[in-house]
Amino acid sequence: MAKYEVVIGLEVHAQLSTRTKIFCSCPTSFGAQPNTNVCPVCLGLPGALPVLSRGAVELGAKGAIALNCAVQPESVFARKNYFYPDLPKGYQISQFDKPLALAGHLDVHVNGETKRIGITRVHMEDDAGKSVHDGFKDSDRFTYVDLNRSGTPLIEIVSEPDIRSSDEAVEYFNEVRQALVFAEVSACDMEKGHLRCDANVSMRLKGAEKFGTRAEVKNLNSFRFLKQAIEYEMERQVEILESGGRVIQETRLFNPDLGETISMRSKEEAHDYRYFPEPDLIPVHVSQEWLTQLKASMPELPQARRARFINEYGLRDYDAQILTSSRDTADYFERAARASSDPKQAANWVVGDLAGLLKADGKEIPESPIPAEHIGELITLITTGELSGKLAKEIFPKMYATGDSPSVIAEREGLKQISDTGALEKIVDEIIASNPKQVEQYKGGKTTVIGFLVGQVMKQSRGQANPATVNAILAEKLK
Amino acid sequence: MNIAKLTIPEVQDGLRRKQFTAVELTTEALRFAQAENPKTNAYLTFSDERALAAAARVDAKLAAGEQIGSLGGVPIAVKDVIVTKDVKTTCASKILSNYIPPYDATAVERLEAAGGIILGKANCDEFAMGSSNENSAFGPVRNPVALDRVPGGSSGGSAAVVAQGTAVVSLGSDTGGSIRQPASFCGCVGVTPTYGRVSRYGLVAFASSLDHIGPFSRTVADSATLLGAIAGRDERDATSARHPVPDYAALLGDSVKGLKLGLPKEYFAGLAPETGDRIMAGVEILKQLGCEVTEVSLPHTEYAIATYYIICTAEVSANLSRFDGARYGVRSSKSDTLSDMYKNSRGEGFGTEVKRRIMLGSYVLSHGYYDAFYLKAQKVRNLLTQDFTKAFEQVDALITPVSPFPAFKIGEKVNDPIQMYLSDIYTITGDLAGIPCMSVPCGTTPDGLPVGMQILTKHFAEDVMFRLAHQYEKAGGFTA
Repeated sequence: MAKYEVVIGLEVHAQLSTRTKIFCSCPTSFGAQPNTNVCPVCLGLPGALPVLSRGAVELGAKGAIALNCAVQPESVFARKNYFYPDLPKGYQISQFDKPLALAGHLDVHVNGETKRIGITRVHMEDDAGKSVHDGFKDSDRFTYVDLNRSGTPLIEIVSEPDIRSSDEAVEYFNEVRQALVFAEVSACDMEKGHLRCDANVSMRLKGAEKFGTRAEVKNLNSFRFLKQAIEYEMERQVEILESGGRVIQETRLFNPDLGETISMRSKEEAHDYRYFPEPDLIPVHVSQEWLTQLKASMPELPQARRARFINEYGLRDYDAQILTSSRDTADYFERAARASSDPKQAANWVVGDLAGLLKADGKEIPESPIPAEHIGELITLITTGELSGKLAKEIFPKMYATGDSPSVIAEREGLKQISDTGALEKIVDEIIASNPKQVEQYKGGKTTVIGFLVGQVMKQSRGQANPATVNAILAEKLK
Repeated sequence: MNIAKLTIPEVQDGLRRKQFTAVELTTEALRFAQAENPKTNAYLTFSDERALAAAARVDAKLAAGEQIGSLGGVPIAVKDVIVTKDVKTTCASKILSNYIPPYDATAVERLEAAGGIILGKANCDEFAMGSSNENSAFGPVRNPVALDRVPGGSSGGSAAVVAQGTAVVSLGSDTGGSIRQPASFCGCVGVTPTYGRVSRYGLVAFASSLDHIGPFSRTVADSATLLGAIAGRDERDATSARHPVPDYAALLGDSVKGLKLGLPKEYFAGLAPETGDRIMAGVEILKQLGCEVTEVSLPHTEYAIATYYIICTAEVSANLSRFDGARYGVRSSKSDTLSDMYKNSRGEGFGTEVKRRIMLGSYVLSHGYYDAFYLKAQKVRNLLTQDFTKAFEQVDALITPVSPFPAFKIGEKVNDPIQMYLSDIYTITGDLAGIPCMSVPCGTTPDGLPVGMQILTKHFAEDVMFRLAHQYEKAGGFTA
């Protein structure tokens, strides 16, 4: 394996977040009864015609911009011909020689290094329906077809063969996902089939210029499967090459149960899609003016936001990375940061304690019971000395459990930090009186024992004492 | 009332004068059509219930003193490649022999909105592919003028019902001459409007970039009225035109004096006298009406047939993929695997000509051949269109024959597809260029067979075309 290098290109398919389908006005909503979100157009009934939705073009163009691609002034839909029962027209309406956008890129970070992955093209297409092979009493004899998905708008994002490891592939796939989510182009909910990819994988000897023969693994719908499929392919292909064989060009399917890819069809059996321009649609014309408006209306993209977090808030690269891992996380963090006076602390709370609680709870940031503003308030309470760090840590899970603000909880539980010298002196006196041995050690020169005494005071005060004040009083009284 | 000869104005006049109600007329029209149909096999399906319901609506409007629409009460046949909600639409194919659409074509909606009464669905060549109506899975149509002859195709049934008098007007479709050629064979008026003038929504696609819906009638005025009712932008067809629709019928009376007419020399070379003489006699009448006639040239004409059969078959190969037995239509009962289901359903369901065109089209689009065939054909199509654009810089309209020969005998050419394809020579160019063109009767051959004269104008100049045809019809006296 060490003498080989893997070459990977990904084709990512993402569902655009339009409310309606690309060529008709049926809803794209998920989970409806089979064959209810359908009309003559998406059923491919005889005589029905597609009409391109403006909203789909807008989202497609936004996606292309988010991927740093050049949206083309003219793009043309084409028919991609093949037979399948859930493909009701007998062809998919896609784009072929004149795609929506060309020549983009994304930067990925792997092992502390940044690498630019080229994007060849972004094109638009309609999705097919779904074949249901089980779940019915006669499923052993029949396949059922649900056409609710038919006509769902997709963009396909084709990368250059620039990817050199499974980790890079996963990172690139994730960056594409982030870009599309940030740009509000796609919800990218993988469980709902919003995002999937095909991986073209080949091996070559390190230093070789020519690419090896590739296998295309179809329909990978999770980061884990993508990684597993690539790694399986790398091993499989190296094994063939090492035993003197030749990798054959073919399409393969990934079996998630076995973690293996299996041959689906060879090059000889490959479809001849017989592309030709879709005569039912006119070419898509995009004006420079419209593109300018579109760009102006776009939200900040993850890479730009990451840079801003570092520059504006002084975050560490690592924290900025995590906090821009999703638009929701970034938005949450910024709300918390604005509500506090210390963005770095806000980052620590979000990346640390909050992330931990959410993870244990199996929740995502939009479901956080703690409003971002409460984190801001907590930081303010610490900064003003009203809460100790220790108290804050104690309160945080209560904020999570109840959704109450930190001041409400502190008030209710009487957990205000005591900085009042008079009140603290009384406690300090008690502790000095009840710990003569430690007092003697301190006076004998073992000054580190003061930590123990501070701890006793804190305990006595149920953690409410301001440790700095306690320290000062103790040092004064033990002179 | 002679039901077989009625025109739209006569129907509307009779209704206004209360000579008959729409329901009475419809009942009689259905009875007559059903009684006469066995002679020609022009109708495949009658839609009595729908027709009588539409007639009742017209009567209700009359009773309420409301406008009944430009087609109010008019009995109409619709070619069976145009979908009709709840009325079987077979495309004259075995594969759709049981297909009942859940929606109406836009043209059908508009026709009924204008008060039209759909009597039934007209026979045609399977999926509109053919020039003789012998390719119908439900038997050929006989030409009402000479029952041993073909009515032309593919809209043979739509032409025959008008010639036979079993509908006042009808809708057909034209991809390479499928309206004009049968109109000329049956001696009636047939109009192919500008591409995009009439919505294709609900027209079962044959070759999408060439398909047109258009009217048949016994008078030019009736075609103008019918086209006016169905034309105009439709948001459901991205290729439908936004161009405003003039009141064609109201413009018919304008003079044609001083209009310049061109005779493309390529269309007259080698034309048999039985047809050529009739066309030239027609040109003489137009001259007498004050038109100026010159010879023009459309130099790329000789490439038209090759170009047409590449583009149309390519589009056919994709358009007919949806008929696979999976979701609707006829599924072969013999199949154990998915692949067999496709092969058997399509093998049993499609006729010879349809299969021939699917195979040709799949070939011209296949990997490595696309540039040599499809792409080149598109370039030639542009050249052919430019020929017309240049010609229309010199003249207002072109006059040509519709078909090199009149209606031939049933069975005469059925085994010679190339000869059959060549018979479209004068009509396919208009479709390739997307310009309006029509066939207007111009007398008969010595054997008494109808001959049609073709009038072509530039895009959206249907008004000029109708005016010429109407003035000619009045002067020449050739009505069906």
